[in-house]
Amino acid sequence: MSDFSVSVSIVATMAIVTALTRFIPFILFDRGKQAPSWIKYLGYVLPSAIMSVLLIYCLKDVNFTGGNFGIPELVCIAVAIGLHIWKGNVLLSIGASTVLYMIFVQVVFI
Amino acid sequence: MKNVIKKTFKYTLPVLFGYIPLGFAFGILLQSAGYGPIWAFFMSVFIYAGTGQFLCVELLAVGASIPQVILMTFLLHFRHFFYGLSLINKYKGTGKFKLYMIFGLTDETYALVSTSKPPKDVKPSHFYTAITLLNHCYWITGSVLGASFGSLFTFNSKGIDFVMTALFAVLVVEQWKSNKNHIPALIGFAVPVLSLIILGADNFLIPALFIVSVLLMCLRPMLEEKGERL
Repeated sequence: MSDFSVSVSIVATMAIVTALTRFIPFILFDRGKQAPSWIKYLGYVLPSAIMSVLLIYCLKDVNFTGGNFGIPELVCIAVAIGLHIWKGNVLLSIGASTVLYMIFVQVVFI
Repeated sequence: MKNVIKKTFKYTLPVLFGYIPLGFAFGILLQSAGYGPIWAFFMSVFIYAGTGQFLCVELLAVGASIPQVILMTFLLHFRHFFYGLSLINKYKGTGKFKLYMIFGLTDETYALVSTSKPPKDVKPSHFYTAITLLNHCYWITGSVLGASFGSLFTFNSKGIDFVMTALFAVLVVEQWKSNKNHIPALIGFAVPVLSLIILGADNFLIPALFIVSVLLMCLRPMLEEKGERL
């Protein structure tokens, strides 16, 4: 195979497998007009659990035992959460904490 | 539909600010591996998964075998399974756009769809479709721009990827406020932290998601109040 067709087949394979990971739960469990009660239950409790998991996922490569000890990340997350509880403005919470983080990693904690 | 897009736009702004620079970074990486904007476009349209596309650049560079691509993609993206699982009920009866909504279920799209409430005058199915579509467009735009002009770009954007972390932090707060019971959120913290400490950064996510789901199922008799949304 040429380089071109190798590359195309890699991209196509990844596209198909990625779509599969998204469709599998619907293929397996999305039957009938009404979802079974355990699916409804998971629909209520999973999102808030997954949101916490995703936040931890963002921190997976942070070094908490050396380097900056995760201080920039923890401080900026605290700022985002604090601002959001206080003002409840999504863009303000995200914007201010991200700018602060950029200042931290570009200027303060080098 | 134009009206729907307009009303949904502000909900997706955080993702706009995240996907443009992140897509841009992907485009730069892709271009430096010898693949131009057309590749960026097709990859972002058809794969549409940030972490996957970064991995894909490596796989392209080494000319990985197809079984290897299948296995690595599956492991990397298996987390999507849990997104779909929790949206089956919400996406019931959403009609002709449903397939596209499932196709476009990235971390960030999932986070917005599962947390945001549609505005009163917008049909939920249209709202979710618009979120999916807008995010998809941001990602495509960022990656094509990065692959086209990445080498000309000198702005120091280090740390801008924190925008995604901040988005999830804010959505944790939103979820916390809208749920009476905080046990699921606390499980969502404790399990991945333990899993991360024990299994390390590369292997912790899937086991953590499994354990979280199993624990939530085990706690169902306790967490589920009759006929009441948690």
